[in-house]
Amino acid sequence: MAEYKLELKGICKSFPGVKALDNVELHLRPGSVHALMGENGAGKSTLMKCLFGLYHMDAGEIYLDGEKIEIENPDQAMKKYGIAMVHQELQPVLARSVAENFFIGRYPVKKYGPIKIIDHKTMNSECKKWLNEIGLDFDPKEMLGNLSVGQMQSVEIAKAVSMNAKVVIFDEPTSSLSDNEVETLFRMMNDLRDKGVSMVYISHKMDEIKRIADDITVMRDGTYIGTWKAEELTTDEIIAKMVGRELTNIYPERSNTPGEVVMEVKDYTSIHKKSFKNASFNLKKGEILGFGGLVGAQRTELMEAIFGIRNIVSGEVYINGKKVKIKNPKEAMDAGIGLITEDRRGNGIFGCLSVKDNVGVSIYNKNLKYGFILNHKKINEIVTSSIEKLSIKTPSMKQHIANLSGGNQQKVIVSRWLATDPEVLIMDEPTRGIDVGAKHEIYEIMNQLAAEGKAIIMVSSEMPELIGMSDRIYVMCDGKITGEISDKNEMTQENIMKYATMFN
Amino acid sequence: MEKTNKKKVIDFLINNGVIIVMLILVIYTGFTSKNFLTWNNFSNILMNMSPRLIIALGIAGCVITAGCDLSAGRMIGFAACIAGTLLQKVDYSGKFYPNLKPLFPNAPVVDVLLVLALVMLITAAFGAITGSFIAFLNVPPFIATLAMMEIVYGLALIYTNATPLGGYLDSYTKVSTARFLGISPLIWIAIIVAAITWFIFNMTRHGKYMYAIGGNPQAAEVAGVPVKKTLVLIYMKAAAMYGLAGFMLGAKAGGASVNLGLGYEMEAIAACTIGGVSVTGGRGKVSSAIIGVAVFELLKAALQFLGMNAYSQYIAIGIVIFIAISLDIRKYVAKK
Repeated sequence: MAEYKLELKGICKSFPGVKALDNVELHLRPGSVHALMGENGAGKSTLMKCLFGLYHMDAGEIYLDGEKIEIENPDQAMKKYGIAMVHQELQPVLARSVAENFFIGRYPVKKYGPIKIIDHKTMNSECKKWLNEIGLDFDPKEMLGNLSVGQMQSVEIAKAVSMNAKVVIFDEPTSSLSDNEVETLFRMMNDLRDKGVSMVYISHKMDEIKRIADDITVMRDGTYIGTWKAEELTTDEIIAKMVGRELTNIYPERSNTPGEVVMEVKDYTSIHKKSFKNASFNLKKGEILGFGGLVGAQRTELMEAIFGIRNIVSGEVYINGKKVKIKNPKEAMDAGIGLITEDRRGNGIFGCLSVKDNVGVSIYNKNLKYGFILNHKKINEIVTSSIEKLSIKTPSMKQHIANLSGGNQQKVIVSRWLATDPEVLIMDEPTRGIDVGAKHEIYEIMNQLAAEGKAIIMVSSEMPELIGMSDRIYVMCDGKITGEISDKNEMTQENIMKYATMFN
Repeated sequence: MEKTNKKKVIDFLINNGVIIVMLILVIYTGFTSKNFLTWNNFSNILMNMSPRLIIALGIAGCVITAGCDLSAGRMIGFAACIAGTLLQKVDYSGKFYPNLKPLFPNAPVVDVLLVLALVMLITAAFGAITGSFIAFLNVPPFIATLAMMEIVYGLALIYTNATPLGGYLDSYTKVSTARFLGISPLIWIAIIVAAITWFIFNMTRHGKYMYAIGGNPQAAEVAGVPVKKTLVLIYMKAAAMYGLAGFMLGAKAGGASVNLGLGYEMEAIAACTIGGVSVTGGRGKVSSAIIGVAVFELLKAALQFLGMNAYSQYIAIGIVIFIAISLDIRKYVAKK
């Protein structure tokens, strides 16, 4: 028997403009839980998607039981090689039964000559059997949507077991589980380990890693850092390995000086239990305020709530000491707040509209003749000047925004908000998915705005960016603000990571 | 170089395929049937186009926001019936309201205009209801307008008791038969409505908001666009236009029944898409609706002149929709 159940060697994968994986390796021992660790964007999920056949790697080799294999697609990974994946975000068919989801794509059938009919009886009894196998007991006929996320995961695990999976990938399985459910999950994982199944476990939660993992592989910026036995490393050492990178000086010099408090947020609590709670913070004039944390720390949700897109049960916002009521984006804009959203395609750009319309949409209201005719001349002037000011690369303002690069699209959205002349500009992951050059330009724009006295909130999952750009940093974890760092010397990746993993 | 030019020509031909085929058909029909390319026939086609263009312009607003409006046809029928019952000759034997007398006997035009305003107000009110369900209660437009379609048809049946209407006042039928600068008022109305719609689409906030909502409703909300209000207004405006179209169709036919306008909404949606209004939202112009409606009416007229069986014409129209939309979608898919 080979020493390793599964080996990945020299895996490389590039996306346009980014090298997501560079010569990464992974050695999975039989009957072990192998933690794969790294910051957001370190390439963990990408690596697993390559392994599972969701992505095609550019270079690299995969060995199963010492034999080289090629994985074309998830179906093959599962059926031919026994590699299963429990996704970060499950994609089951909620409106169908547990059994149907269990057997999706491989329904047992009864044959009547040329006619095949789904064999519901076998389906339900088989499903029941496998659920019992891993110590679960619920009705296979139950609609999947009625189950909790944890239970759905359990169904996925049972499915993996039923398909005789030898390797199971868990991609942040506990991010939305209750404590009880985490216990159940760990019990199942221990059982699987005893049966000789190898597992890859991706998580940010240090205490879980220490509890369940046998080996730890650390990745950083798409590269392989190393593999250790879990007991060899302390939590601090793991963090140090995850973040230990040198800051490159892509962050331009700043000349802003934070002044008076311009916005104060008090006790913001979401209507959803799992979301942000009791968030209070303040923002100063001419300040760039960083918001750090792991993905899922509810930073975006908090910002969207402040902007009036999400509902709250409690909370107050004060602008220049005056309480403002914000129930929708219009009221937020009237209060002098702008929001550049995290998901540029999802709720940022209007892909099929022109650059002009993308900038103009927020100011059509204020540029009218006779109260109802659009003042196209004035709007054109505003758009032209912002194209120049932010040096947006577009042949003309009539160009469809979809034809621009990510960085230029982002600048168009920045101009949309600058046109409304906000006092507070919230930028959620302002440099996500744009290349280094454009990042630098965005940073310069931010610095310039801060120097002009605008207050900027920057939500960022990239720690160097947070440290390089912020005058002050708040860190969130699990819906709560767990730390504030205002001393430049205290702004270290270790400190941020410490607050960001402060679960309870 | 030669190759790219060739490719450009092919692209041009495919992108404008339907219009080109249409022109060829028109020219062919013109050569084979001597009465086709005459002013009289052309005027007829324009008069047929007029109410349909207004319906298409109304529906275009809905389609641009990635919606649709199935209630258009029934609204048209109801509108035509209301107008018909109120604008019958005093001495007509089968009068719906036997004792109804013109309000302004000396200025019959005023009566006609008042009835038109009333009809448009009524349909606009129904449109506002549909729009409110879509905007505030998130009912999908397909379902909301389907529901309104049933309700309006029911109301029309109750109101008229399914009686066909006729014996209209001359002042009403003149909306179709009169000539101003050589062309029928029907055509003038369509021209004016098209101009107003162009103005709304391009020169007002409302128009820009409509495109924004169609392009990306989430982004529109974040950008401070009053999404709900705009949606209600779009369905209300569209319904008022159906009211106008119903009024015009009644005048043109010189009579009406509850079944007037049946299926016109489908034709209008098809016309919009043929002209380039994208059903996925965000794209479409006034010219799209004009082109689409023109293609439809020219096709119908040409096929009729070529002596095609009236039943077979449906099949031809279906085939044209299939081909036209496939070609249109190709423009956007190929870009990915």
